[in-house]
Amino acid sequence: MTTTLPAYDEVVARYEPVIGLETHVELGTNTKMWCGCPTDFGGEPNTRVCPVCLGLPGSLPVANKAAIEAIIRIGLALNCSIAEWCRFARKNYFYPDMPKNFQISQYDEPICVDGYLDVEVGGETVRIEIERVHLEEDTGKTLHVGGATGRIHGATESLVDYNRAGIPLVEIVTKPIPGTGALAPDVARAYVTELRDVIRTLGVSDVRMEEGSLRCDVNTSLNLPGQEWGTRTETKNVNSLRSVERAVRSEMLRQASVLDAGGRITQETRHFHEDTGDTTPGRSKETATDYRYFPEPDLVPVAPDPVWVAELKAALPELPRVHRRRLQEQWGLSDLDMQSVLNAGAVELIEATVAAGTTPAAARKWWLGELSRRANESGVELADIGATPAQVAELQGLVDAGKLNDKMARTVLEGVVDGEGSPTEIMTSRGLEVVSDTGALTVAVDEAIAANPGIADKIRSGKVAAVGALVGAVMKTTRGQADAKTLRELILERLGVQG
Amino acid sequence: MTDLTRMTATEIAALVAGGETSAVEVTRAHLDRIAAVDEQVHAFLHVDTDGALAAARSVDERRAAGEELGPLAGVPVAVKDVLATRGVPTTVGSKILEGWRPPYDATIVQRLRAAGTVMLGKTNMDEFAMGSSTEYSAYGPTHNPWDLSRIPGGSGGGSAAALAAYEAPLAIGSDTGGSIRQPGAVTGTVGAKPTYGGTSRYGLVAFSSSLDTPGPCARTVLDAALLHQVIGGHDPRDSTSIPQPVPDVVAAAKLGATGDLTGVRLGIVSEFVGEGAEPGVMAAFRESVDALTKMGAEVVEISCPTFAYALPAYYLIAPSECSSNLARFDGVRFGLRVGDDGNRSLEEVMSLTREAGFGPEVKRRIMLGTYALSSGYYDAYYGQAQKVRTLITRDFTAAFERVDALISPTTPFTAFPIGARTADPYQMYLADLFTIPTNLYGGPGISVPCGLSEGLPVGLQVMAPTMADDRMYRVAAALESAVGTFTPPAL
Repeated sequence: MTTTLPAYDEVVARYEPVIGLETHVELGTNTKMWCGCPTDFGGEPNTRVCPVCLGLPGSLPVANKAAIEAIIRIGLALNCSIAEWCRFARKNYFYPDMPKNFQISQYDEPICVDGYLDVEVGGETVRIEIERVHLEEDTGKTLHVGGATGRIHGATESLVDYNRAGIPLVEIVTKPIPGTGALAPDVARAYVTELRDVIRTLGVSDVRMEEGSLRCDVNTSLNLPGQEWGTRTETKNVNSLRSVERAVRSEMLRQASVLDAGGRITQETRHFHEDTGDTTPGRSKETATDYRYFPEPDLVPVAPDPVWVAELKAALPELPRVHRRRLQEQWGLSDLDMQSVLNAGAVELIEATVAAGTTPAAARKWWLGELSRRANESGVELADIGATPAQVAELQGLVDAGKLNDKMARTVLEGVVDGEGSPTEIMTSRGLEVVSDTGALTVAVDEAIAANPGIADKIRSGKVAAVGALVGAVMKTTRGQADAKTLRELILERLGVQG
Repeated sequence: MTDLTRMTATEIAALVAGGETSAVEVTRAHLDRIAAVDEQVHAFLHVDTDGALAAARSVDERRAAGEELGPLAGVPVAVKDVLATRGVPTTVGSKILEGWRPPYDATIVQRLRAAGTVMLGKTNMDEFAMGSSTEYSAYGPTHNPWDLSRIPGGSGGGSAAALAAYEAPLAIGSDTGGSIRQPGAVTGTVGAKPTYGGTSRYGLVAFSSSLDTPGPCARTVLDAALLHQVIGGHDPRDSTSIPQPVPDVVAAAKLGATGDLTGVRLGIVSEFVGEGAEPGVMAAFRESVDALTKMGAEVVEISCPTFAYALPAYYLIAPSECSSNLARFDGVRFGLRVGDDGNRSLEEVMSLTREAGFGPEVKRRIMLGTYALSSGYYDAYYGQAQKVRTLITRDFTAAFERVDALISPTTPFTAFPIGARTADPYQMYLADLFTIPTNLYGGPGISVPCGLSEGLPVGLQVMAPTMADDRMYRVAAALESAVGTFTPPAL
């Protein structure tokens, strides 16, 4: 089925979007949520399991204190209230990768409630309200083998790997976010980015979307201005920042085309496809399972000591937003300049480069200039470009010492990105060092004056600007290894002209 | 030499410790007894002959090496098939776990092994501990040694019958609504439900998590106390386990055995001595109350009006939890799998497995619980039942402000004939009428033989505040010292 989708500008002119995000974060605890099995990614299937995480008859869960501490820290960082008393609940449904056929989660008594996260979008601050943050357990993984696609259709056997079963999973749910208009996709992306940065700063998860340690469900609805919110759809398991943005956008377009044609939006879950950027329908919410939630009788309630919570709050690290503001001030950047640093994903890189002994201006110049250009060209994240902050600092050090001029430094940086070695190594191996030997330069200058008598006369007669031509000529013979400023002074001196 | 199978655990332990007999001899005597009578009684689902003899040999070797042995070393024990036993079949009386050998031991089983007791095997039970007569076992009923045509109580009928038939001096049971005390009462043995959380549930195949309580079964109160001491205490693998030491139940049983109850205040639960119980049961109970009074106890009647709602509340809470706990029995990871011929969907295989693997009572309770928890009915059923539970707890708390312990008959009637109540689930549920409130409250309860009615045993129940398990042992031991123990006709 191919329908022509309306233009995005038209959609946001006619409809108001409301978005909402549910983010799952696998915690980086050493052991699982209810037992002592290790949580490392990978591993031979079913080697990191025990009676508890396999849900064997008679086995019982015991809550992992490190996970409770981690979620409280997340809640505090998101400005939530921490419950003084709460319980886990059972969410009952059947699925072969869920060992007990119920998931221990939280229902009406989450650990953290009513918080917010401020994010910057287009130079403005948008406050995203957090409804709840709760703790649950991850499921195992089902592998379908024998078919061509690896999907269940056509498979001859299904195998289950329970290594992931029981890994602590934090779910962070926003309140509905209205009023973002055309910026809805950007707000969604900015929120997930900020959330990821906060959690990474807390050190409670490696928040890698590609490994599934951060997964996102995106809720989207459209309504006509002044009318009630529309029916929402839930796009499941979106696993990159770019996809979060695209999922909102494509769902807005799809819903608009349905509404434009007089249709009705069905409340359902949808699957996002990385390759096409489209969503397709999953389970309809109208036939949704009755989860039969009830308080988990195998676990005692969680009652975090308020003194402990206060200690955790006091010990929170500087959060990304505050951190960035402090850096902006230290680096003396305008809001706009800081925004471009953020957009390029260069904050940590510049910070580390400065820490390695360079000025903020120089660090920014390299990361936002040459390196960002290369990253864009090759379609990789700036952080993965192949140059390290230490190498950039080393490069700038060579420039500062007069060993490299700007042009040569760019060449050296290319070599660094291409993996040829450290800046000093590349400078040496390529023979790129600035010729600072005045004797050798003088010979080259005299040759240039002799070869260009007309220009020399012009300069002598007072047209000093013409010196550029001689500088160029010397540069050519020295293959760019001279320092332009030194060279200029030397030429004028040899011609007996005051600079 | 006297018959080793007729001895109490205390006596056996003393003989083994003194070198007058060996653990192997004791074990062989009991294995022989099982071989001789269990065909009639059917107390055991699995007898672990090799494991038992190996454990016994190990005790004898340790004794020979001069190692200090625990107070129950060398004493055989029968374990209800609800507890996971490493490498030894564990079925919970259900087809769905037929042949399953757990890769791990329940905490209680570990403690039994560590104490040097000898596990004889696994005893019969109502499927998933759901029932009051052991007729719902998928492997056929157990027979009451007092009258083989009658039920031995449930769900722990196997454990109680093994004691009454002298197949084992000690047994482990589990009590969700009375499954230790009620079989104890109808087989003339002692059964104690400890405080909830006082014994570990780790490795106990769950029926109703908030109610299930493993506990000791024995032929004397002191034996029960000794076993309680061995299996009780905090377990970090069970979140609901109470991080406190076991009350000194052994000292309490010894104190009670002196026959002095001066200063002890006992409350008779008015609601349980009205028209609910059979005349023969009430007569034995009244005589016991006289005996307790003679020993110095002050006895008063106490009304606990909400106890009347305990049965309906229980039959909402327990099935609700069981509907969730039993969800894992789906044929995917362990136990029975039916219909997996390569052409059926996962749902079909799950459905066929559960259809074949679960018996009628289990299905009935899963359906009940699923309904009670479903959205739209939760508040009316499960939520309401939890409120009743709170009120029952308040009744207990108020009562224990006035008295040290509460007493009642353990069951309203004596052992009924096999088949008499299976057609009417409600009639069956009434068997646990007097024991259920204690489970909803979480406190300890014990049943001790207090007399006979038409030749069948009657039990008296003592209920105490949570973590005051020692009090009930004292009262039970005192009563035992006054009325004695009761011996069934020879098999």
